[in-house]
Amino acid sequence: MEGTILRTENLRVSFGDNLVVKGINMEIGEKKVTAFMGPSGCGKTTILRAINRLHELTPEAKVEGKIFLHSENINEMEAMTVRRRVGMVFQRPNPFPTMSIYENVISGFTLNGIKLKTDEKNHIVEDALKKVALWDEVKDHLKKRATSLSGGQQQRLCLARAVAMKPEVILLDEPTSALDPLSTAKIEDLLYELKGNYTLIIVTHNMQQAARISDMTAFFYLGELLEYDDTKKVFTNPKNEKTQNYITGRFG
Amino acid sequence: MTPYDIQGLQGRRVKDRIFTSLVWGLTFSCLAVVFIILFYIFEKGIGSLNWAIFSQNPKPVGENGGGMLNAIVGSLMVVSIAAILAIPVGVSVGIYLAENRGRKLSDRIALAVDVLQGIPSIVIGIVIYVWIVKPTGKFSSYSGSIALAIMMLPPIIKNTEETLILIPTTLKEASLALGASYFRTTMKVMLPAGIGGIFSGCIIGIARIAGEVAPLLFTAFGNPALNFNILKPVDTIPKVIFTYASSPYDDWHRIAWGGSVILVSFIILLNTIIKIFESRWKVQF
Amino acid sequence: MKNRWRVLENKIFVRWLSIVSIITMILLLVFFLTLLISSWPAIKANGFGFLWGKTWDPVANHFGMLPFLVGTLITSFLSLLISAPFSIAAALFLGEYYPKGLVPNIFRNVIELLAAIPSVVYGFWGLYTVAPLVSKIEMKLHMPAPGVGIFTASIVLSIMLIPYSVSLIRQVISMTPTSLKEAAYALGSTRAEVITKVIIPTNISGISAGFLLSLGRALGETMAVTILIGNSPEIPHNIFSPSYTMASVIANEFTEAVGNIYLSTLIEVGLLLFVVTTIINIIGRMIIKKVSY
Ligand SMILES: Nc1ncnc2c1ncn2[C@@H]1O[C@H](COP(=O)(O)OP(=O)(O)OP(=O)(O)O)[C@@H](O)[C@H]1O
Ligand SMILES: [Mg+2]
Repeated sequence: MEGTILRTENLRVSFGDNLVVKGINMEIGEKKVTAFMGPSGCGKTTILRAINRLHELTPEAKVEGKIFLHSENINEMEAMTVRRRVGMVFQRPNPFPTMSIYENVISGFTLNGIKLKTDEKNHIVEDALKKVALWDEVKDHLKKRATSLSGGQQQRLCLARAVAMKPEVILLDEPTSALDPLSTAKIEDLLYELKGNYTLIIVTHNMQQAARISDMTAFFYLGELLEYDDTKKVFTNPKNEKTQNYITGRFG
Repeated sequence: MTPYDIQGLQGRRVKDRIFTSLVWGLTFSCLAVVFIILFYIFEKGIGSLNWAIFSQNPKPVGENGGGMLNAIVGSLMVVSIAAILAIPVGVSVGIYLAENRGRKLSDRIALAVDVLQGIPSIVIGIVIYVWIVKPTGKFSSYSGSIALAIMMLPPIIKNTEETLILIPTTLKEASLALGASYFRTTMKVMLPAGIGGIFSGCIIGIARIAGEVAPLLFTAFGNPALNFNILKPVDTIPKVIFTYASSPYDDWHRIAWGGSVILVSFIILLNTIIKIFESRWKVQF
Repeated sequence: MKNRWRVLENKIFVRWLSIVSIITMILLLVFFLTLLISSWPAIKANGFGFLWGKTWDPVANHFGMLPFLVGTLITSFLSLLISAPFSIAAALFLGEYYPKGLVPNIFRNVIELLAAIPSVVYGFWGLYTVAPLVSKIEMKLHMPAPGVGIFTASIVLSIMLIPYSVSLIRQVISMTPTSLKEAAYALGSTRAEVITKVIIPTNISGISAGFLLSLGRALGETMAVTILIGNSPEIPHNIFSPSYTMASVIANEFTEAVGNIYLSTLIEVGLLLFVVTTIINIIGRMIIKKVSY
């Protein structure tokens, strides 16, 4: 694939004796939106967490195989560096409760000990909040606690927090599953906007969402990659029977 | 129902009443004892307080008057240095235990902390005597602080651990996912989110040691003069109460009552602060 | 460059956490060794007879700790016995009868206030209030009436134990599965029966652990006892006799101990106290931990 930003080589993840991701080889296109789909428990979250090296927090998790960011093996990089270059938005909004809205957006910098001038900070905050279409809603009370926002606003704030760091890839793990339909629509619009400028990997169970915003779709089943192609092709003409069953709603 | 059952039932009801009254009665006696003791201390103590207690050093034996300025300063000094020593260590161990839950080593550490809490304070005094006082050849305020710091550790450790494990892991992951180091995540995300519980652990620790004499008897020792030097012995309020209470002089007893009321009020104040904190300073996740 | 510093800073932090934690863990061992080494001269000089020797005569360098052992055990067990009905009742009141609500919450905090009063203040208070009362009783019984002695110390000590026993036992009691209680109620049991036949029997090990831990506290309690026990290094005749405990002999004589063996002997007493309370606490904590799962 031309313009590959991420590539996995026989990626295997196990928890104890339980092999959950069973040798994934795939390439993620730069500035493309890739949707990860598949029935619950098939290992989508596990793969995202492997890309961000978050499994290091779970003692029983074991990651084998290689993941390349551009041409660098992320397991040979500093975990902190990997995570700064790869942003992540979680299933449930998780703003820092002790910080204000403003501080949350800038938290990637403060937490990394990066000192910025006030102008720079203001600029980054405004820019990020505008990108996630939250600026107009919160610009008058940036000093308020982030937890005072609604769930949908909080999730956009978390996206802004990731965007502010200008990561090369943003991983989104079912970012709308904990939100109401209206907030979901907003986030979807937003991701659509970001398309073309960012490399996004989005896990979703929502077929319309995947169809609407993604360029590529990967279908996983029991820890294996069954199908990976242009979203249009996957949705109109799936090669694998299981994929077909899934998208026509016969299971999962 | 057979008559047998009815009879039995009545007897059982009577027994139940008696039992309940007993529980009530004994519980209320406990409460009564609290009020009796506190009332006595405050009645005796407040009547004994005068400005001299706060502003003067002790008078020589047999002379009336004087105060416990030296001991008030000494207590503040010994306790605050103990807190400065114990808080960073205690919070760190608490972090470690919260991070490594379920591992064998941390189970053992947690047990050791519990056991440490039950070690008689006088034994800690002996140990510090052997470690510091004997080698240096003199009693000193800082050796007392070290003894008290060890006593402060368990509540700080346990509160920190219990507070941190209640913080959702998603918060930690959010910070790490931004590329923050584990160190910064702990300092800037986890500790601020748990500050209420950690703070009350520290206050509980201070309340626990503020009235201690036993570990100070052979460390900070005592000193009738005002002293700000941590290398020299100092008096503390509880130590003065002990010395004066065991003396035959009425005026010393009066000053000891004054000291008691100062000490008890201070500790009750700390307890109140903890209660307020526990209810008010909760971070919403 | 900056990144490298952050990595280093992080490494230092992680190291620091495990180092201080492990130090905290081995603190007990270090205490033990410290006490053992410092009391070694005494252990060698006094031999095993030290434990049951009846005379304590530092001037003659003759050390027997039986009087302290007896004094400590009688005082501790007596105080535990006196406080037990109160502790159980208050624990039932707060853990079973009224586990929630404003008033019980206030009660709990009031009882916890007992833990806020320092040991030395308890001793001083006891000297002014309990000792004269006991002295009157002693006069009625035609005994020498100093007022201070085992009985006085035990009464005050029992009050000091209440907040600890209550909080430990209340926690154990409140963990009784509701289903178990409901099963008993469904069979037509009265509350008293549920308590005596279900709650207490199912939690008996936890309750015992609570008392065991309180006993550990009683054994090591120093200042109040030192003020109230009468400080007499002889085997007591009855529960009103003045006596001495291990902790109070250390408190009283440590700084005045002249001669290496004397000081070392007092440390040996401390070593015994340490070993006993450590064992009690390990057992008590393990039981509590087991029952809380
Ligand atoms: N920390 C863990 N310890 C043990 N097993 C785990 C852990 N995390 C995930 N698993 C297991 O790994 C498998 C894959 O989980 P994963 O969360 O990756 O699925 P998913 O595809 O994201 O599912 P969903 O659509 O429900 O989010 C599951 O069977 C799960 O039980
Ligand atoms: Mg998932």
